[in-house]
Amino acid sequence: MATKKKTPAKKKSSRKSREKEQKRHLLHQMIRIRQMEEKAYELYTQEKIRGFLHLYDGEEAVAVGVIENLQKEDSIVATYREHGHALVRGVSMERIMAEMYGKLEGCSGGRGGSMHLYDKETNFFGGSAIVANGLPMATGVALAYKRQQKEAIACCFFGEGAVDEGEFHESMNLAALWKLPVLFVCENNLYSMGMPFELAESETDLVTKARSYKMKASSVNGMDVLAVLQEARKAVAYARDNQQPYFLECRTYRYRAHSMFDPERYRSKEEVQEWKKKDPITTFAEKLKKEQLLTDEELQHINREVAGEVAQAVQFAEEGTDEPIENLSQFVYSNSKN
Amino acid sequence: MNKAAQQHMTYRQAVREAMREAMQKDDRVFLMGEDVGRYGGCFNVSEGMLQEFGEDRVVDTPLSESGFTGCGIGAAAAGMRPIVEIMTVNFSLLAADQIINTAAVLYYMSGGQFNVPVVIRMATGGGKQLAAQHSRSLENWYAHIPGLKILTPATVEDARGMLWPALEDPDPVLIFENSTLYNYEDAYSGNGHTVDISTARVRRAGSDVSILTYGIGLHKSLKAAEQLSKQGIEAEVVDLRVLRPLDNETVFASVRKTHRAVIVDEGWKSGGISAELSARITESLFYDLDCPVERVCGAEVPAPYARHLEQASLPQPQQIIETIQKMGGIHG
Repeated sequence: MATKKKTPAKKKSSRKSREKEQKRHLLHQMIRIRQMEEKAYELYTQEKIRGFLHLYDGEEAVAVGVIENLQKEDSIVATYREHGHALVRGVSMERIMAEMYGKLEGCSGGRGGSMHLYDKETNFFGGSAIVANGLPMATGVALAYKRQQKEAIACCFFGEGAVDEGEFHESMNLAALWKLPVLFVCENNLYSMGMPFELAESETDLVTKARSYKMKASSVNGMDVLAVLQEARKAVAYARDNQQPYFLECRTYRYRAHSMFDPERYRSKEEVQEWKKKDPITTFAEKLKKEQLLTDEELQHINREVAGEVAQAVQFAEEGTDEPIENLSQFVYSNSKN
Repeated sequence: MNKAAQQHMTYRQAVREAMREAMQKDDRVFLMGEDVGRYGGCFNVSEGMLQEFGEDRVVDTPLSESGFTGCGIGAAAAGMRPIVEIMTVNFSLLAADQIINTAAVLYYMSGGQFNVPVVIRMATGGGKQLAAQHSRSLENWYAHIPGLKILTPATVEDARGMLWPALEDPDPVLIFENSTLYNYEDAYSGNGHTVDISTARVRRAGSDVSILTYGIGLHKSLKAAEQLSKQGIEAEVVDLRVLRPLDNETVFASVRKTHRAVIVDEGWKSGGISAELSARITESLFYDLDCPVERVCGAEVPAPYARHLEQASLPQPQQIIETIQKMGGIHG
């Protein structure tokens, strides 16, 4: 009898420690994105990183909450604002940073840059920099998986600006019509560059829009990593188990300008400040502290640890190799048959 | 295979047989496009294939060119071997984002990680009184894009033999089928063998002038060459077959031999494949030439509807003959 009594208590404590571990893991992942993006900003001002740079600060809970639910065999198709997605998917910060530096050691060999991170190893089908251009691809990846009778799903991230494009509607229809396991994740950050969402769409309720394709859909607070995690868990399971698409809107906000060239005339500083009060990292850290799952010292430790990772990634990129110019034409065409 | 079918075949049958064989050989191959199934294909190319292979492998798509072309590209990147049919090159403009911004660049942009082994077939060309929006020859445009391979089968043998190597190719391959060729019938003894998708071919040997052409232009050029022969002018007719990458070697060998070059293309001169060929010949063979390179191309107008106007806008054998007769130093 005595041993029987002990078991539930043990279970409870191990569940508690698992929960603590998972929540701290989520926080850690968000902090990794935030610090990487802050460093990228700094490096851009130093002209170490060039081209277009679209930062993800403020939106971390979306990538972290969704990707946490994916399996290794699933695929991700993302956009030009994809540093965070690549990172939490498992592409090393070193290879991401090296790519932004245009180095051979970068995850796209220096041919893509910030907007085009790719990694076959983790089925990361990259950053496309044409709005909505990734949706047909994700639909096609899911079509392949279905035909190959794999359990895998395709997870497609895009901003609300993609909803304006024909490719969004074509893909939503095809995925629903052909019953393909795609998770469409709309990161609604309210502005497509400078265009406010409500001025671009006649129907701003995206769930209603998705349902008009007979697609299962829901919307979640994208500033709350636990809310995203839970909603995405349902969405992923639905897509996988039913071999059907799912549309998930994550309502979020980007703190930075659209890209580094954006003077931000379309929104007020006050609005940005209001959203920063809902910051996914600070609000979550506070919550964990209240729940006694995190101390200030532990938070500092996480921050220090991530700062070390960032410093190492920068060093890796700094020490990276410039690809010889003789290789300019390599990869225009494949050399081998497949 | 029955012997009669081996001896004679239309271009349409050749494309169909090539697709059937590919689907029989490789489970990863499937056909998708508008009206390819129930309707049997807009040009009747895939007739009977739905019944033979079923709905999973002969997929009727909604009228979403960008959506289904991108879908084919995604499926190819994830391990399938789709044949995407776009009814005509004119509609491919709606899918240009997927073809140019994704298929052509994915392998390069990903540093050699993701290749796109998709085949996209489409009808091209004018001559059927379909007016400005249905008569273009935009293979020239696609040939501008690094990362794509552009095939233009002009013969039954090529229509039959190019598809399989295109599917085996790890890169995106676009096949342009001139719609006036679907009914073209020719002896066929290829026995299902594939052909290379990298070289141009000399279709008629000659010593006085090289006619460089492809697609429907090959047939017009061969007609012109027969007429010229009666006048003592022997034209060599080179079928380019592949517009990207261009086979310089075969083209240059011919021009070195004849010292004269005429390019025949239904497409427009400005910025087209004829301009490209002319430039290459001038750059590399300037001192081999006996006279300037000539071009017989589509008139630079949107295709008109009226038959006499449209015919006047397209290269004709008579024009090719007259152009060659006037070339410097030509005898006959």
